[in-house]
Amino acid sequence: MNKGQFNGSELVVKALKELDVEYIFGYPGGSVLDLYDALFQQNDVKHILVRHEQAATHMADGYARATGHVGVVLATSGPGATNCITGIATAYMDSIPMVVLSGQVPSSLIGDDAFQETDIVGCSRPIVKHSFNCRNAQDIPSILTKAFYLAASGRPGPVVVELPKDILNPQTKFEYQFPNNTEMRTYHPSVKGHPKQIKKAVNAILDAKKLVVYSGGGIILSDTSEQLTELVESLNAPITNTLMGLGGISGTHPNFIGMLGMHGSLEANKAMANADVILALGARFDDRVTNNVKKFCPNATIIHVDVDPTSISKTIPAHIPVVGCLATVLTQLQTALDNNDKRIDRSAQEDWWRQITQWREVKCLDYAKTDDCIKPQTVIEKVYQVTKGEAYVSSDVGQHQMFAAQYYPFKHPRQWINSGGLGTMGFGLPAAMGVKLAFPDKHVVCVTGDGSIQMNIQELSTCLQYGLAVKIVSLNNRSLGMVRQWQDMMYDGRHSSSYMESLPDFVKLTESYGHVGIRVDHPDQLDAALEKAFSITDKLVFLDIRVDEKEHVYPMQIKLGAIDDMWLKKGVKG
Amino acid sequence: MRRILSVLLENEPGALSRIVGLFSQRAYNIDSLTVGTTDDKTLSRITITTHGDDRVVEQITKQVNKLVDVLKVIDLTDMPNIERELLLVKVYAKDEVTRASVTRIADVYNGAIIDMGKQSYTLQLVSSAEKIESFLDMLRHESDIIELVRSGAVGIGRGDKALKG
Repeated sequence: MNKGQFNGSELVVKALKELDVEYIFGYPGGSVLDLYDALFQQNDVKHILVRHEQAATHMADGYARATGHVGVVLATSGPGATNCITGIATAYMDSIPMVVLSGQVPSSLIGDDAFQETDIVGCSRPIVKHSFNCRNAQDIPSILTKAFYLAASGRPGPVVVELPKDILNPQTKFEYQFPNNTEMRTYHPSVKGHPKQIKKAVNAILDAKKLVVYSGGGIILSDTSEQLTELVESLNAPITNTLMGLGGISGTHPNFIGMLGMHGSLEANKAMANADVILALGARFDDRVTNNVKKFCPNATIIHVDVDPTSISKTIPAHIPVVGCLATVLTQLQTALDNNDKRIDRSAQEDWWRQITQWREVKCLDYAKTDDCIKPQTVIEKVYQVTKGEAYVSSDVGQHQMFAAQYYPFKHPRQWINSGGLGTMGFGLPAAMGVKLAFPDKHVVCVTGDGSIQMNIQELSTCLQYGLAVKIVSLNNRSLGMVRQWQDMMYDGRHSSSYMESLPDFVKLTESYGHVGIRVDHPDQLDAALEKAFSITDKLVFLDIRVDEKEHVYPMQIKLGAIDDMWLKKGVKG
Repeated sequence: MRRILSVLLENEPGALSRIVGLFSQRAYNIDSLTVGTTDDKTLSRITITTHGDDRVVEQITKQVNKLVDVLKVIDLTDMPNIERELLLVKVYAKDEVTRASVTRIADVYNGAIIDMGKQSYTLQLVSSAEKIESFLDMLRHESDIIELVRSGAVGIGRGDKALKG
C-alpha cells in the first residue's frame, strides 16, 4: 500500500474516527467483509458484535439517548439491513441521532435480485431523516460527514448510508480528504425564533392566569433542561412532561405535576384541560397525550415551540407558533420576560396552584398493597430507593413501561430511555446495553416484562462477551399485561393471545448465558433480592419478579374523551 | 381546494421517490405530478396538483419542505399564475360529419389535429386543466374517445417573480 493511499473501507473507518465515533454496533456479512477487515486493523473505533441487527440499532439508540452523541450501526446487505428496520423506525419516531451503515451488493449487480440484495434505501425511506446511496469511494468522507450532521442537527433522526461492496474493495486506493464544511444548500434547520412570535408568546404568558408548561422530548434532545427549570422557576409555573420528556425537569421538583396523557397524572391532565395558556416546548401533541383532539383544552391559548415546523399545528392548531431550536428560543423567552415591566398576576397564580393542589390531593398514583403478592408499582418504587433515583432506566413496552414512568421520578435528562413513539417491544435490553457501554460505572436498569424481554433476549450473549453488567428487572405477570388490560377493559375480559403460556425458567436461562438470575415470588423477598442484585457490580443480574398479574395501569384516559376524562381505578372516574 | 405546488429539488436519484413516498405515506392526494430538469442541471422542478383543506395543504407544504433534497416549495395558487397541461387524444372520425365537427371543436379551443388514421383523428391541446375538461366534454358529445393521455399540469408565476435555486 502506498503511503497516504486508502481503500474505501479504510476511508469509512478514518472518517468515523474523525467524527469521534467510539463504538459501532453491528454484525458482519458478505457485503461488508472488507469493512470488517479494516475495522480489525485499528483500535480507534470499537466494534460491538450483537446477536441480531435489530439489537444493534437499539444499542446505538440507547447509547445516543444517554450521551447525546450519534449512535452508529453497521449491517450487511439484505437480511442484515432489513433487520435494522424496526430500530430505525424506533429512532425516527423519537428523533434520535443515528447513522446506519448498510452493506450492498456490488454496483454491477444492483437491481439483479442478487444474493442478499435489498433496496434498503427504498425500504427505509419513510422512516429516515435522509439516506445516501454511496456510489463512489471518494465520496465516503463527505457523505459520512453529511450523514452525521443531518442525524444530529435540527430535529435529529436516523440516516441510512448504503455502501456497495465494490466501493469498499481493498484493491482500489484513494486520497483521504476530510471535508471542511457540511454546508448543504437544501438544509438549514431553524435556530432563532421570530422576534414577533417571541413577543406574542411573552405577552400571552404574562397575561395568563392559569399557565401550564408542557414539555417533551425536545428538551432532552436539545440539552435545555437547565434553561427549562430556570424558566419554570422564574414563572413559578406548573410543568408537566410527556413520556419522552421525563427528566426534562426533576421529577421531584415542586412545580412538576407529573406526566400527562393516557397514563398521566390526574393533576397534569386536569391542569392542561383547565389552562388558559399552554406553553408547549419540544412536544408534539401526540394522540397518547391529547385523547380526543376535538375536546382538547378548549379554553387555552397554545404557544408551540418546536425546531420542526411540521410538528406545529399538525394535530392541534397553535395560536402562537414559534419555530426555532429550544436553546435559542428559551434564551429569547427568558430575556424578553426578564426585560418586560409587566409581571404575572401572582394572586391569580396562587388560586391556580390552590386548584392544582386539590387535584394533587386525590393522590392518583396510590394503589392497594397486599402481603400475598408483589405489586409491580412497589417494585419500581423500591428500585428507585435502592438506586437513590440516580440509575439510568431503560424500558420495554407495556404496563411495566408505564409503571416505570409513573413511579420512578427521574431527576436528570437522558436518564429515562424508552421507545415512546413507536412503542417497540424488545427495545429495553439492547438500549440498556448501549447505555452501560457509555457509562460503565453507573447503575443501568432495564425494566421489562416476560413478554418484551423475549423479543431480544439473545443479547444476553452480547452482555457476556462485553461484560455489560445491566440489571434486568422483569415484572413477570405471565401475560402481555397491557394487551390483557385492554382486553379486560374493552373486550369483556376475553384474553385473546395475551398469555405467555410457556415461559422459560428465566433464572436458568440467565445462568446458561453466564449471568446471575434471581427469582422473587413473595413481597418479603423483594428488598433482599434488590439489595443483592444492585450490590453485584461486575455481572448482569436478571431479576425475575413474579408480580400480581391482575394489576392494571391507572390512571387511564377514557377513550374518545377529553384529556382529563380518566379512570382513577376500576369504575372510579377522576 | 385544488392547489398547485412548485418544488425545486436536487436532481439526484431517489429525490422524486421521496416526494411521491411522502404523499402516500401521509395519505395526501396527488392529482397530477410532473418532473423535469431546470436551466440549472443540478436542480429538478416538480409541479404537483393536490387538493385538501387549508390545514392539510399547509402540512403538505411543510412536509415537502422538510425533505432534505428539497430546496424550495411554493404554492402557485397563492399568487397570479399560469398553468398549462398538454393533452393528446385520439377520437373516432369515420364520416365527414364527425370529422367536420371534431375539426370545429379543435379550432374553437385552439387545439390542433396532429395525426389521422383511416378511422380516427389525434388532437393536441395545451391549456389549463379546466379548459381541457371542457374540450373533452365537447369531443365526447360529437364522437367517441379511443385513447387519451395528459401530461399533468406545469405552472409558473406571472410577472418578474421567479422560483430559482
